[in-house]
Amino acid sequence: MSAATDAKDLSSDTTGVTADPPLGPGRMAALRGRIFGHAGFMIGAGVLLLIVLLALFAPLLAPHDPYAQNLMMRMKPPVFLGGTWEHPLGTDLLGRDFLSRLLYGARVSLLIGIVAALISGVIGTTMGVLAGYFDGRVDAVVTFLINCRLAMPVVLVALAIVAVFGGSLTVVVTVLGLLLWDRFAVVMRASTRQIRSREYVTAARAIGCSVPRIVLTEIMPNLFNNLIVVATLEMAHAILLEAALSFLGLGVQPPTPSWGLMVSEGKQMLLFNPWMITIPGIALFALVLAINLLGDGLRDVTAPENRN
Amino acid sequence: MSAADAVPLSETPPVPEDEALLRLKEVSKSYSIRRGLFGERKTLTAVKSVDLALARGEVLGLVGESGCGKSTLAKILLGLEAPTSGDVLVGGQALAGQDRTKLARRIQPIFQDPYSSLNPRKTVFDIVSLPLRIHGIGDGPSRQKRVTEILDIVGLSKRVTRAFPNQLSGGQRQRVAIARALVMKPEIVVCDEPTSALDVSVQSQILNLLSELRREFGLTYLFISHDLAVVQHLATRVAVMYLGRIVEEAGVDELFETPRHPYTRALLDSVLTPDASLGVPDTELGAAFPNPIDPPSGCAFHPRCPKRFAPCDHEFPPTVPTKNGGFVECHLYRERAGASQ
Amino acid sequence: MQASQDDRANEPLLAVRNLTIDIPVGGGTLHAVRGIDFELKRGETLCIVGESGSGKSLTSLAVMKLLGKSIRPHADAMTFEGTDLANAGPKAMRRLRGDRIAMIFQEPMTALNPAYTVGDQLIEAMRLHRPVSKAEARARALDLLGKVGITAAESRFSQYPHQLSGGLRQRIVIAMALMCEPDLVIADEPTTALDVTIQAQILRLLVDLQRELGMAMILITHDLGVVARVADRVAVMYAGELVETGSAAEIFNAPLHPYTRGLLRCIPVPDKTRRGADLGSIPGIVPSLIGEVRGCAFRDRCDMAVAACVEPIPERNDGPAHSYLCVHDQAALADGPAAPDDREVPA
Repeated sequence: MSAATDAKDLSSDTTGVTADPPLGPGRMAALRGRIFGHAGFMIGAGVLLLIVLLALFAPLLAPHDPYAQNLMMRMKPPVFLGGTWEHPLGTDLLGRDFLSRLLYGARVSLLIGIVAALISGVIGTTMGVLAGYFDGRVDAVVTFLINCRLAMPVVLVALAIVAVFGGSLTVVVTVLGLLLWDRFAVVMRASTRQIRSREYVTAARAIGCSVPRIVLTEIMPNLFNNLIVVATLEMAHAILLEAALSFLGLGVQPPTPSWGLMVSEGKQMLLFNPWMITIPGIALFALVLAINLLGDGLRDVTAPENRN
Repeated sequence: MSAADAVPLSETPPVPEDEALLRLKEVSKSYSIRRGLFGERKTLTAVKSVDLALARGEVLGLVGESGCGKSTLAKILLGLEAPTSGDVLVGGQALAGQDRTKLARRIQPIFQDPYSSLNPRKTVFDIVSLPLRIHGIGDGPSRQKRVTEILDIVGLSKRVTRAFPNQLSGGQRQRVAIARALVMKPEIVVCDEPTSALDVSVQSQILNLLSELRREFGLTYLFISHDLAVVQHLATRVAVMYLGRIVEEAGVDELFETPRHPYTRALLDSVLTPDASLGVPDTELGAAFPNPIDPPSGCAFHPRCPKRFAPCDHEFPPTVPTKNGGFVECHLYRERAGASQ
Repeated sequence: MQASQDDRANEPLLAVRNLTIDIPVGGGTLHAVRGIDFELKRGETLCIVGESGSGKSLTSLAVMKLLGKSIRPHADAMTFEGTDLANAGPKAMRRLRGDRIAMIFQEPMTALNPAYTVGDQLIEAMRLHRPVSKAEARARALDLLGKVGITAAESRFSQYPHQLSGGLRQRIVIAMALMCEPDLVIADEPTTALDVTIQAQILRLLVDLQRELGMAMILITHDLGVVARVADRVAVMYAGELVETGSAAEIFNAPLHPYTRGLLRCIPVPDKTRRGADLGSIPGIVPSLIGEVRGCAFRDRCDMAVAACVEPIPERNDGPAHSYLCVHDQAALADGPAAPDDREVPA
């Protein structure tokens, strides 16, 4: 018997084999490992963080007032095309500092993306969770609404509404928020149905939990991963739609600095000053790419098949 | 543990009318199923007029194939599904009018899959203390104490309280699920295939734990399983279910020694004991499996029954009481039914 | 002439030498299978029994060369009917799979394509490998459906997999596996998803057909009851190693390795285990196989562990076909605590 005890003592320093069942690695530690090992996620998060910081500190960073016109200094080229450091990215048609407008424009793009995703997220998640948890009539109604929404051409409807109510930041954000909930609803409905059939939900019912409690504390936390992923995608979607609307002249109205608007203003100078359209275009591209990389990364990092 | 502690499970007799802790009276449950958007509605009767009683301290094994209605029956007992007709009596009182939460304190479930039965986003403490919080039992420190106590009883150390389910092994998870079921000290535990998702070596630990808990706390189990060796090991009485009906009920020894219903016999023949001198048994059942939406006429088992004869395909079989208080529902025994009346 | 036929009969159908399977994971390398040897004669049934994570399914997938890209198998030798599987290319493997080697999985739905009828899939399974006409393949399929106990085979032919019950589906999968009269069938938990009565029927069917057609079979399962009833030879797998190999009678009547004995004590056996009494159990959990694994992987759960268990473990033999991995010899194991007969407490 003493031999067996010896073996137990010896075992501790060999293969990591222990008699006492060890706990697996902490959830947070494992998550950290996956996050830092995911290049797309890290690049997306880095670029997005940079843009957010630039937008937040735009008043401190901008060399000029983005609205200040100086008709004497129209269409000065950026510094790398022979311009001066007075206007590092040059000036636009009205002589406004391009860099300053770009920095303030980031605020508009991010604001529209976040608020539109928030509004559509609340609408879509509520509908999706209700449809997924309650079968039958609720589900039928929500599914019908989703189908109706999917049958609407988003850009045309947005154009029509903006044309009626006039373009402004508030109108654009509200319209996009009210139009982009479909993916939230579809994904949340499917995920809720899946989670509802889990035995821990049945266990909660058997314990005597009320329906709101089950939805809020048993189901919602498990939807969070999917929710974040859809939210990032919809945010990118909203930013691009705003740019498209502004480009068509029906989005944010001048003189508000918006990247879509800047592209639109630059389009008349495409042949002579291509940088006027390229710079806001690249900014838009980088922001949307960063958000999408982050969204894909989140999906990979939190996907159930990656979890033990 | 001394031999006296290991109380051998003797058979339990049928439950007298007034002593039942739990009684089902002619309970039926049917679902309406529609194929496609405009398909015709069909009725699936999962449980057909079932009578069942559980006495304090007994272990009633419920066996049958998947789709026979045993899980639906468990959900009715737990109050998760309302029966279409019939009564469920708990301690003599009808379940129908009772508060859902009151029932929860008396009957708790243990599920099959410990990977699906624990919320991955909650810690073990959150999971096990949830019933206490829902029912407003105790305050913070006393709940903490109770959770540590119950975890100790199910064989988990205090340090798992802050762990998440994915940090635990299958056996540890099932212990957490058992702790959650027992934290409110229920009288009846419905075990729905509690070990079939576990490895052999873990399965025996959980079975041992369940017997120990039964002895210690005087629990009553409804033990649903497809593993007849396990049922024979744990149960005191056995009910055999086929397509929504209980077709035979008897004390465990009687059922395993003299199975009466041909289906029970086929089930027992199918048990593969680890005996290398034996081959695979022939159950003499056909390959046809009945459609529960469109069950066979007469005795639902007749298309597969090796002993079917004239009345089986059109006449519903009689319920024949057996001498020790059990019963069998089969035409083979109807002579005796006539004689005993 | 006679002699060469005998040679062919004695030569193993499948021989695997020193198979290892490594899986790269976040924290290093998971040594899922660690140097196992086994062989299979024509017409023989080998059961690989083990708990989840023991590497039993990976072993069968390695033989079929169906492991994922990130998984790295290595074998000193892996031959099937003289074909070197270890170095066979994807094309050669495709020719073997479904023709000479057939596989049956746990969940019949994964093996059947929901978009095609049962008949089309059966015919396709044969025409993929044999230059036969549709009518010939159809005749063979109908014949096999009858053999696997499906009545009214003609009408089943035009049905889709979702229209069939689980038991019927598994019968179809078996018929499909047998279309080309394979020499080897690998069945991975073929009855785990089925009800007990159906399980007995399907197993009986497999065993009968195997005898009739002279196939060899590797059956992978965790169910000791299935193993005892079906196996000619048994390989007990624990943490990536075959800890004990022997005939079914040797493994069940005279098990030697402490793990095998522990497993046999864990299951209730009607008329042997006393009802309601505690079952045997194996304390602890399966060790992590990530990183270097030295010595016996079972030692922390073993009631006979000694200091030498951390050293390399010798393979011992008890008779020509019964071998086990343990530091103790047969005599020591026989004297060891808790022989399997201890459970037979007189009631």
